[in-house]
Amino acid sequence: MTKPLVDIRDLSVTFSGERTVHAVNGLDLSLPPGEVLAILGESGSGKSVTLKTLLRLLPPRRTAISGMIAVDGVDVLSLSGRRLADYRGGTVSMVFQEPMLALDPVYSIGDQIAEAVMRHEGLGRRAAMERALDMLTRVRIPSPERRLKVFPHEMSGGMRQRAMIALALACRPKLLLADEPTTALDATVQIQILLLLRELQREFGMGVIFVTHDIGVAVEVADRIAVMYAGNVVETGTVAEVIRDARHPYTKGLLAANLHGAVKGARLEAIRGAPPALERPPEACSFAPRCDFADERCRTAPPPMIVPGPGRRVACVLADRLEAAE
Amino acid sequence: MSATDLAPVAPLPDRGGPQQPLVIARDLRRHFPIRSGFFGRRTGTVHAVDGVSFEVVKGETLGIVGESGCGKSTTARLLVGLIALDEGDIIFDGDRLGDQLSLRELRRGVQMVFQDSYASLNPRLTIEDSIAFGPKVHGMGEGQARRRARELLASVGLEPARFAGRYPHELSGGQRQRVNIARALAMAPRLVILDEAVSALDKSVEAQVLNLLADLKEERDLTYVFISHDLNVVRYISDRVMVMYLGEVVEIGPAEAVYARKAHPYTAALFAAMPSMDPDARTEEPPLAGDPPNPIDPPTGCRFHTRCRFAEAVCAAVKPALASVPGEARGGEARAEAHVAACHMLVAGSGHSAAGGAA
Ligand SMILES: Nc1ncnc2c1ncn2[C@@H]1O[C@H](COP(=O)(O)OP(=O)(O)OP(=O)(O)O)[C@@H](O)[C@H]1O
Ligand SMILES: Nc1ncnc2c1ncn2[C@@H]1O[C@H](COP(=O)(O)OP(=O)(O)OP(=O)(O)O)[C@@H](O)[C@H]1O
Ligand code: SF4
Ligand code: SF4
Ligand SMILES: [Mg+2]
Ligand SMILES: [Mg+2]
Repeated sequence: MTKPLVDIRDLSVTFSGERTVHAVNGLDLSLPPGEVLAILGESGSGKSVTLKTLLRLLPPRRTAISGMIAVDGVDVLSLSGRRLADYRGGTVSMVFQEPMLALDPVYSIGDQIAEAVMRHEGLGRRAAMERALDMLTRVRIPSPERRLKVFPHEMSGGMRQRAMIALALACRPKLLLADEPTTALDATVQIQILLLLRELQREFGMGVIFVTHDIGVAVEVADRIAVMYAGNVVETGTVAEVIRDARHPYTKGLLAANLHGAVKGARLEAIRGAPPALERPPEACSFAPRCDFADERCRTAPPPMIVPGPGRRVACVLADRLEAAE
Repeated sequence: MSATDLAPVAPLPDRGGPQQPLVIARDLRRHFPIRSGFFGRRTGTVHAVDGVSFEVVKGETLGIVGESGCGKSTTARLLVGLIALDEGDIIFDGDRLGDQLSLRELRRGVQMVFQDSYASLNPRLTIEDSIAFGPKVHGMGEGQARRRARELLASVGLEPARFAGRYPHELSGGQRQRVNIARALAMAPRLVILDEAVSALDKSVEAQVLNLLADLKEERDLTYVFISHDLNVVRYISDRVMVMYLGEVVEIGPAEAVYARKAHPYTAALFAAMPSMDPDARTEEPPLAGDPPNPIDPPTGCRFHTRCRFAEAVCAAVKPALASVPGEARGGEARAEAHVAACHMLVAGSGHSAAGGAA
């Protein structure tokens, strides 16, 4: 078995301050090199917090982190100073939903990419500018020579997204973290960006963790899917396994609610209720208050992690029974 | 509930009868000036809605889809009277806005629910007060407005005893959107425009709200205009669908016909851009290249010609009119059944090589 590129064990992230939020609760996740994992889950389930923890972007004073994160063999939680700076933007980089978070409004696109390459790879200005031009060409920005001198606000939404991807990939990271980078885009532009990311991922052979709440987007980009609920992964498997043979009641509800092929006039199978507030750490199955199958076991202890097949994990007391029933 | 109990904000009567469309929008036009520089000189014009015509039939749900900036929300705002028309007519149940119908009357009959459930609620009012606010402004007494608010909370699935006194920040996104729906219904409207009303909700909560919308429509004889970028949701909820591109209508027809035929090349591209749900049949080629053009200086002729793979010389020169989609015309079909699209390929003799000879 190859060593995983990302190995997260028993990660918990708790915010203190005005109110306490147990955002991530004992999460285990691993990613082999060169694989694309989509994290799927609803608002507040801890997707962004997981990515930010991987990049060490959370405010240290109000955040308590426990557990272990290794990326490319490096213990991420112990990094600081120069080594942390090399890690960010060198080993790992990130693209966001809002490109203005990643792009600096006062520098041209070319200068920003060149600057990053000079800092992380020690290239001279000229070689760095060449890399910038190459990156703008790869992300298919029209007239790339001219676009090197353009400022972020002078570009359209789709173009800015491409520029941000060019910046993120300029230093050839081993791991790309993508937090809903296409959610704000039009459908016809979104699919262009998804296909571009897929192509660059293959070309550079990097690992990608792609956060989304859109199952269709996950199907387009990912090899595997991890479904998150209330700060934990409740189900993982290949895209086909999760889409065609979901085992966790929450995943099933999510698939039914996607309305793909829903019959007009028929009532939708809605999951009732709303996700928990996460003020206290979960002591039982977090989905129990909304689950049609919940019984006493579900309300008294966290569900066991069932392994219905190789590479497949489901956190539900029923997962093995469902399999046995087949 | 009895109508007398709820006066003075009682439902408006049906005046024109079932055959009269609830709304006829005729050649709606709304442009926005672009100002720039220190003196705010007018430097351009956004052609946000540019000659849009359609009807909303009583009791139906009309879905509106199209890319960002194509004019969906501007069309909606025109229908509610939130912004003024530059040109065109809005005829509500037979009465034309302006001479036969006042803006105030239109706003009673048409209510709107927006995407951002947080921004549209006053953070300092309890949700009961928020819902009661509109009826009170229209002359309803305090006690009666409160009763109506509580009754509406119950009908959107929020138990009044638990929720009436809460403030917006004490609710989840799905609960806030229910409050917004209740607030729109407090004016007893006949038409409710839902502008991306479920788009910000999580999938599992969105399904709850869609079920709720279906129930309320049934109970209260409502007509909906439903704007969304989610084509699955639009298909599920709509009787008819209208597709817009850069301020114009490019296709309109019964939902199933539009989804099956995709007669306009833009409609086809928009549908092809939907992510695949089949891991063995992922999308390989993006259906369109590039971003949508700028609405400040829209392309001549067919506005889609800069991105259309069937474009020919005639497309840049002549604007195509909405024409009936062939192969479906049935004798004497009702207007609501008509399926039309604006593309030269559908009109014999248009000069497009795919259109065939003279009509
Ligand atoms: N810096 C912070 N301080 C306090 N709470 C936070 C902070 N960042 C996130 N949270 C809380 O942690 C929980 C998880 O948030 P997170 O942003 O990871 O959700 P998400 O899954 O990315 O949701 P979305 O789909 O809405 O982006 C939420 O309850 C959120 O309010
Ligand atoms: N008050 C305004 N002033 C100037 N321009 C405006 C104004 N309102 C809308 N526009 C412009 O008019 C065009 C149509 O906008 P509209 O909001 O109707 O689009 P939309 O189809 O609802 O888009 P979205 O899907 O992003 O909501 C856009 O180019 C928009 O920038
Ligand atoms: S563990 Fe119990 S409550 Fe949780 S998802 Fe499974 S059946 Fe439902
Ligand atoms: S009129 Fe021409 S450019 Fe427009 S959609 Fe039809 S073929 Fe394409
Ligand atoms: Mg997030
Ligand atoms: Mg809009």
